[in-house]
Amino acid sequence: MSVKHEEQFEPTPYVVAIITYIGYVMLAVFGHMRDFLRNHGFEKNLIATEPARTKDFVPLYQNFESFYTRNLYRRIRDCWNRPIRTCPGAEFELIDRKSPDHGWSFEYPGTHTRAINFGSYNYLGFAETDGPCADAAAAATETFGCGVGSPRAEAGNLDLHTRLEATVAEFVGAEDAIIFPMGFATNALNMPALIGKGCCVLSDELNHSSLVLGARLTGAKIKVFRHNDIADVEAKLRDAIVYGQDRTRRPFKKILIVVEGVYSMEGSVTRLPELIALKKKYKAYLYLDEAHSIGAMGPHGRGVVDYFGCDPRDVDVLMGTFTKSFGGAGGYIAGSQHLVALLRQRSHSGLYGASLPAPVAAQVVTAFQMLMGRAGPPGEGARRLKQLEVNTQYFRASLHRLGVIVYGHRTSPVVPVMIFMPGKIAAFGRETLKRGLGTVVVGYPATPIIESRARFCLSAAHSLDIIDRSVQIIDEVTSLLLMKYSRRPPPAWTAGITREWAEAQLKLVDQQRRPHGAANGGPVPRRPVECRGDPPDKVADENDAAVKDNLAAVAAAS
Amino acid sequence: MLIFVADADVSWEFSDLIEAIYSAPTYHLVFEGCLILFIVGLLFQHSFLPSKRRGGSGDRLSKAEEDQLIAEWQPEPLVSGDPADEALLASYQRCATSQVGRSVTYSDGRTLVNFATGNFLDFIGEARIRDRALASLRHYGVGSCGPRGFYGTMDVHLHLEEQLAKFYGCEEAVLYSYGFSTIASAIPSYAKRHDIIFADERCCFAIQQGLEASRSKIIRFRHNDTAHLEELLQRQAEHDRRNPKKARVTRKFIVVEGLYVNCGDICPLGELVKLKYKYKVRLFVEESASLGTLGATGRGICEEAGVSVQDVDLIAAGIENALATQGGFVVGTKYVVDHQRLSGLGYCFSASLPPMLAAAASEALTMVDEMRGERTARLKSVSDRLHQRLLAELDNLWSVEGAPMSPIKHLRLHRCTGENSLPALEAACAAAADAGLLLTVARYVAQDLGQPAQPSIRLSVNCNHSDSEIGSLLDFLKSYATGLAKK
Repeated sequence: MSVKHEEQFEPTPYVVAIITYIGYVMLAVFGHMRDFLRNHGFEKNLIATEPARTKDFVPLYQNFESFYTRNLYRRIRDCWNRPIRTCPGAEFELIDRKSPDHGWSFEYPGTHTRAINFGSYNYLGFAETDGPCADAAAAATETFGCGVGSPRAEAGNLDLHTRLEATVAEFVGAEDAIIFPMGFATNALNMPALIGKGCCVLSDELNHSSLVLGARLTGAKIKVFRHNDIADVEAKLRDAIVYGQDRTRRPFKKILIVVEGVYSMEGSVTRLPELIALKKKYKAYLYLDEAHSIGAMGPHGRGVVDYFGCDPRDVDVLMGTFTKSFGGAGGYIAGSQHLVALLRQRSHSGLYGASLPAPVAAQVVTAFQMLMGRAGPPGEGARRLKQLEVNTQYFRASLHRLGVIVYGHRTSPVVPVMIFMPGKIAAFGRETLKRGLGTVVVGYPATPIIESRARFCLSAAHSLDIIDRSVQIIDEVTSLLLMKYSRRPPPAWTAGITREWAEAQLKLVDQQRRPHGAANGGPVPRRPVECRGDPPDKVADENDAAVKDNLAAVAAAS
Repeated sequence: MLIFVADADVSWEFSDLIEAIYSAPTYHLVFEGCLILFIVGLLFQHSFLPSKRRGGSGDRLSKAEEDQLIAEWQPEPLVSGDPADEALLASYQRCATSQVGRSVTYSDGRTLVNFATGNFLDFIGEARIRDRALASLRHYGVGSCGPRGFYGTMDVHLHLEEQLAKFYGCEEAVLYSYGFSTIASAIPSYAKRHDIIFADERCCFAIQQGLEASRSKIIRFRHNDTAHLEELLQRQAEHDRRNPKKARVTRKFIVVEGLYVNCGDICPLGELVKLKYKYKVRLFVEESASLGTLGATGRGICEEAGVSVQDVDLIAAGIENALATQGGFVVGTKYVVDHQRLSGLGYCFSASLPPMLAAAASEALTMVDEMRGERTARLKSVSDRLHQRLLAELDNLWSVEGAPMSPIKHLRLHRCTGENSLPALEAACAAAADAGLLLTVARYVAQDLGQPAQPSIRLSVNCNHSDSEIGSLLDFLKSYATGLAKK
């Protein structure tokens, strides 16, 4: 069975869409009414207003920009920016907030709520206060302190940075890599070093804001293609090559296709093999942002490149972050030696920004080492990868069985569940928290206006029991809020994905634990240059066979 | 055409029309006929709209032609073949194995006295800060694992924001996770297309990126030249008087740095505030370099210039220099700053600052507060002493740029050899390393509009630099330049 493109995007039911629109219309009508009351002094006006000193200046921002904030966002503001007071691990403790004035301001009564954490990006569970990573970070703090105070290109280079770069390059299978202290800045400040005026950027419509900003700062022509639509990419590529630049009609100097590995709001996976084929056919370049996929996808955790079994050298720019899977901060760009050398000379971050603080670098290096089986308890890295994969499939299958609309790819650890109606956004956020589950709800403008959703981020730190408890809470809340919109039966693949299956899989990986360096020690064997486009099915089959054996054993034992 | 000859209030019968045609002269009928033919001709013409034209059957390329063009297209390589700047690349290979404090140890075993990094208050390696960071590490782990909106807000972030606001005496502060992205995100969250920004021509590159991202109209004024700024403002005011409707919706900003990293100068904030009110232009100040280094108690350029922070609309600063950690912040009134929590791209869409770094910044800020400007005063006096000695002892060899009390000074080799090239300065830095000193040339990318015309060595002073360390720096500069002059 090929799981390559098993993605689900069940269309919004018409009735739901209509009710959702009506909801927004109502909110807008009431918003205008309340604005009217506020403007005429019938209702207390709690909006921050222009200070007296600058009263007669041109207003700093437009009124309609704040209409949404004032009348829609403010009412359900308690669903975001929830402060926490512990490590964002499998569970966390939230600081309770109370709003005496319907969301204008918050007070802290001093109490706390413990909740299961499905909101933080902690795919491999490296957000920890002890263990090898934290120990390494502590040691680095002792040696180096927290800051560096200089860009890498001047005097800010630590030996830890050089080590981290070598580790990243080896892990992703590139010739060289360069690291930066902020993931957002990795995109925003480096794209201008690669392309400029007279070039063309082909960008997925759902690309992250940092990619959009980076592309804008390059000064290149930006063309947006429909999300994950290969035909549209090809049409736009042909068009760009054939007709060249607007007005001057000169051919573009370079064309760069910019995509993400896993899209954080859709849970979808980019179609890498097709994109690589296209980029080769049309001599374009490929920029792959693996922020949500490095560490979280693929049999070795080496991102979507690993997942699809492609050759990392076929992707010109491999970008990723350390925030999501490695419990650190910052990002990297890996690629050919020439590319990295160019970035070292031209990167805005490398020449102007302070360099990555030592404790963060130490944490990330150690996390990579663990994944490669060179640090920590034997087989721990492999165990985490397997746990995340099993958790993801088990959680997704359980949600499908509940009858909610789940978006995205079967193996993507970001799991969006559709809410649609604006009123239910807050209701879902509050009701789940009341039952001890912390999750993220998102609405417009982060999503299209009717496609509000909840988002769950899986983690290797979650146990199967935690997942079962969460699914039970989600079941309760979605029943309460009439959110089981799905009209489709659960996809076929979910049939075998049961608790027994999950337990058997995890048991298997426990048995496979081998001492340091043997299991995942060496570099990943280089795959053929031509992209096969399929995940290693054979391996999966072998696994399945082993699982069956295990299931038999479990059954026999019970 | 026929209608034009008619009187408006005469009603026309069809028979009259026929009669008029008969009675009209022949040349008139011929002329009318030509006009009608011309109009019909126009109707059948191809559209001139370029968009329609390209879709027209005659213009659209066939698939074979397209394939031909595609096969012919040769893109430039992604990485241009420019020769590599080896000296720059070498700085990524030089590995510090100790903290980058007042002295730095490198992997080759050398320990150098540091005159190159922004560790102005000597906070790197400070035990108090380190211990607080370690405690935080054991409580929160390293990463925050999410943007501020999605469980990336820890109590340390809220506490640090509150502390920063109180430190400045402002209503609100917003914390960013990277110094460079702070001002670069803050500017475009207010300034949009059609707005106007007056920026000092020597502004640092982070500001320039913010200006670029805003897509506003950028007007540069000569460095620290308030007369030139006023002239430009006046010109704009004149423009606005002619077009008041547009002026009512055009936001105007002045963007300056407190202490210019690119030249070590201090901005004339008092005069800028006057201009701000006179021309109703908002004033944004970037003070990554002036926080902790200027003002009686280290509160930056406002305190130094005796200007109330309420008169500056927005202050942005990185906390990577004097506060010796990572990140940045923006302070101001609630009306101004709160807007960024939803529209500052680098705030909304980035993971929040690792909590242990926020804790370190918080401890550093407490220290600045408790010291009541003791280290700041020391820093100023060391900087001033260094400046005076540079002028007194090396005036014939090195040119020095920057305010006397500024901890950032730019040195150039003009005077001894008449020539001041980047390789010559890099060679000087390499020689300095042999003499036990860490110096660096100031690095710029090619697009940087704020970079000085002449390359320079950027000296950064540490408040704990001793007289003997300063002495050895001066000795080195003197002997090196004298050596050059002799050649």
